[in-house]
Amino acid sequence: MENGAVLEMRGICKYFPGVRALEDVDFTLREGEIHALMGENGAGKSTLIKVLTGVYPKDGGEINLTGVASNAHIRSPQDAQKLGIATVYQEITLCPNLTVAENMYIGRTKGHLTNWKKINADAEKLLDELGIPALATQQLGSCSIAVQQMVAIARAVDMDCKVLILDEPTSSLDEQEVLKLFNLMRSLKEKGVGIIFVTHFLEQVYEVCDRITVLRDGKLVGEYIIEDLPRVKLVSKMLGKDFDDMADIKSESDADNIDYNDIPVYEAKDLTGTTGIKPFDFEIHKGEVNGFTGLLGSGRSECVRAIFGADKTNGGKVWVNGKQVKINKPLDAMKNGISYLPEDRKLDGIVGDLSVRDNIILALQVMKGFFRPFTRAQAEAFADEYIKLLSIKTASSESPVNSLSGGNQQKVILARWLLANPVYLILDEPTRGIDIGTKVEIQKLVLKLAAEGKSVTFISSEIDEMIRTCSSLIVMRDGKVVGELKGDDLNQNKIMATIAGGEGK
Amino acid sequence: MSVNINVNTGKNKLRRRAALTDTNLLLFITIGVFIVMYVCAIIFLGKGFTKPQAFFNILNENASLIVLSCGMSLVMITGGIDISVGQVTSLVCMACAVYLDKDHGNGDVFTSLFIALGIGLAFGAVQGFLVAYLEIQPFIVTLAGLFFAKGMTTIINSSQFNVENDQFKVLKSTEVNVPLMGSYNKLGEYIPGYVEIGVLVALAVVIILFALLRWTKLGRNFYAVGGNNQSANMLGINVKFTKFMAHLICGLCAGIGGYVYFMHVGSGSPSHAAGAEMNAIASSIIGGTMLTGGVGNIAGTFFGVLSLSTIKNIVASLGLDEAWWTNITVAAMLCIFLLVQSVILARKNKNKK
Repeated sequence: MENGAVLEMRGICKYFPGVRALEDVDFTLREGEIHALMGENGAGKSTLIKVLTGVYPKDGGEINLTGVASNAHIRSPQDAQKLGIATVYQEITLCPNLTVAENMYIGRTKGHLTNWKKINADAEKLLDELGIPALATQQLGSCSIAVQQMVAIARAVDMDCKVLILDEPTSSLDEQEVLKLFNLMRSLKEKGVGIIFVTHFLEQVYEVCDRITVLRDGKLVGEYIIEDLPRVKLVSKMLGKDFDDMADIKSESDADNIDYNDIPVYEAKDLTGTTGIKPFDFEIHKGEVNGFTGLLGSGRSECVRAIFGADKTNGGKVWVNGKQVKINKPLDAMKNGISYLPEDRKLDGIVGDLSVRDNIILALQVMKGFFRPFTRAQAEAFADEYIKLLSIKTASSESPVNSLSGGNQQKVILARWLLANPVYLILDEPTRGIDIGTKVEIQKLVLKLAAEGKSVTFISSEIDEMIRTCSSLIVMRDGKVVGELKGDDLNQNKIMATIAGGEGK
Repeated sequence: MSVNINVNTGKNKLRRRAALTDTNLLLFITIGVFIVMYVCAIIFLGKGFTKPQAFFNILNENASLIVLSCGMSLVMITGGIDISVGQVTSLVCMACAVYLDKDHGNGDVFTSLFIALGIGLAFGAVQGFLVAYLEIQPFIVTLAGLFFAKGMTTIINSSQFNVENDQFKVLKSTEVNVPLMGSYNKLGEYIPGYVEIGVLVALAVVIILFALLRWTKLGRNFYAVGGNNQSANMLGINVKFTKFMAHLICGLCAGIGGYVYFMHVGSGSPSHAAGAEMNAIASSIIGGTMLTGGVGNIAGTFFGVLSLSTIKNIVASLGLDEAWWTNITVAAMLCIFLLVQSVILARKNKNKK
């Protein structure tokens, strides 16, 4: 074994029915390093991690942990924990019905009894140290997603671990929390913990990591020291092709082609939701791409949910193409040509056990009515068309959506809404948690749709992505619209300033 | 490992709000409803409910159901269900009756106790194994258990008979006086309040299981598994073993509950405890256990059983003796409880940010 290595994985193989998820992958983690694991969707990052943590049994290869076990058999997450591997998974894997403190300590305390006093006190201390806004005795389900994620992180770092795995821990955190997490990672690194960090945010990789291992299509591309691998090269390694796609995206949208005097495709006045957003006015024109931006929890998703009728509205008027309509439920919106790609694809998007085909035709079928089903051939044709169009990676249109990787699931939902042929398409975080290649594809697609005369609302946590795609931006803070930026105002500084608020201005 | 980092936590600025857990919220609702119901019964219906013995009789009648419901709640907390407990009760009664009766086995009471526990544990272990390790739907597994127990009961003896056994008679007729809880009859004589031995057993089961769920790791694992079994697995909990234990304990409760039932009726019959599993499920739900798993409390279940039988008594004392009146009332009560639960939980979840 290499000197200083805490973990060595050699020749790891993992097969799923019809898919080779991992083939002969090596991975080495050294003491006191932060090691980024990079790759596109379906490259095998999550699978590799799940093999390491015993969620999936491996089909070949060996795992060595220095000083603990050579050729370790990790058959369950319990085994992994005992060997000193702590993990924060991409999805939140905590129990919503238990308290925060219990979630932090369950499954890893000694003895048969639960010492409530001790775990509550310990948890309270840890929450304080990490600045997590939650009470130890609070039920986890009543915390926001970001807090739940932080609790998962707190649990993992509190373990006396040698290897810490962070699988997309930052996807639901805001900048402040990410900063906290990075400080925490650095202090653990000094203590000699090896950290595996999986993320889609390149900036974050270059901010904290020492080394990068790149996977592509289940195979190892290589391991690099961070200084030797500039961003452009990293992206080209991940994509397996040269990096010029990003440049294809025009930096300025053609806002000139939009006729703002036209009747808006969608217009809302004093729209209010029951989810805590203040009344807002909003309009979008033909061929326009606009965006809602703001910090996490600022109400940007709630706004579009109100527009789509996914959350109850309790005030305001709505016009579609100049005609006043009532949108009380998603079906009303769909009938008016509005589509909405939800933020939480697992909860609101996919129907996991249904096939790719059924998921794609779902929206159209709902609009047509369930008593007039499409013939199999029709459905097949629709599905195949969009699988090809969006290059969805799936074994067949019959495979359950659950078996696809995150990015491909996202494409399936996108296909569903494109098939419904909307005049106004709302995309809420369509690029979250998916790889850079697909991100670019989706951005291009958005611009193409706009050029075809559709109106699109695009929401993303990454501001530069918004700047590239949108011709106007609505900025939100604390459930209130605080500004609308267009044209020359669309730059990082101006947006940041608007989000941050008008203090001192 | 302690983690010390210098981040401005700003904790004072953070809005912190303690909230009831779902489990405790439902527990308070259940206890509240029971008290309100009983007080109303005392005020409006008077004599049938004012005497402490009326309350003790509810306990005497339902000791077995309390034990069964406790086991049921446990399984339901892990997200499962066990519909075999009623027939297991019946089987235990019949087996013990045949074993003890003079004309049949003429055995001793002590051994019959082990027979009861053995039957319960055997059902729990087999069903637990099938549910947890072979991952078969608990409903299907315990449905099979129900039919098996029913069949076995009839094989042992197909008709009802009373047990003739001196030892057992002593046990059955033992009454434990409750100090200071008696009442005076018309002649002014003091009649002490009493409960049967079964009630003491039931209370012991309630206390033990309450403690198990509250303070032991196994107990907390039940909640974790019911909350989200995949997450529980990732958190390092042995989900299969936890589910197995839930069914095993539920089986054991069916054995104990069966014997308590047997002590109360003193006979064996294939029709004993028919539908008891449904009463147990209803009591658990009224007691704040959710069928979806992860939420529930043994204390709630205890009050659930009391509520269920109090409402039956109220219906009876209103002069509506027919069986269908009771059934309809119970159905209505279940509906109201489920409605209240979902409304309150929905409102609570809406308040969260």
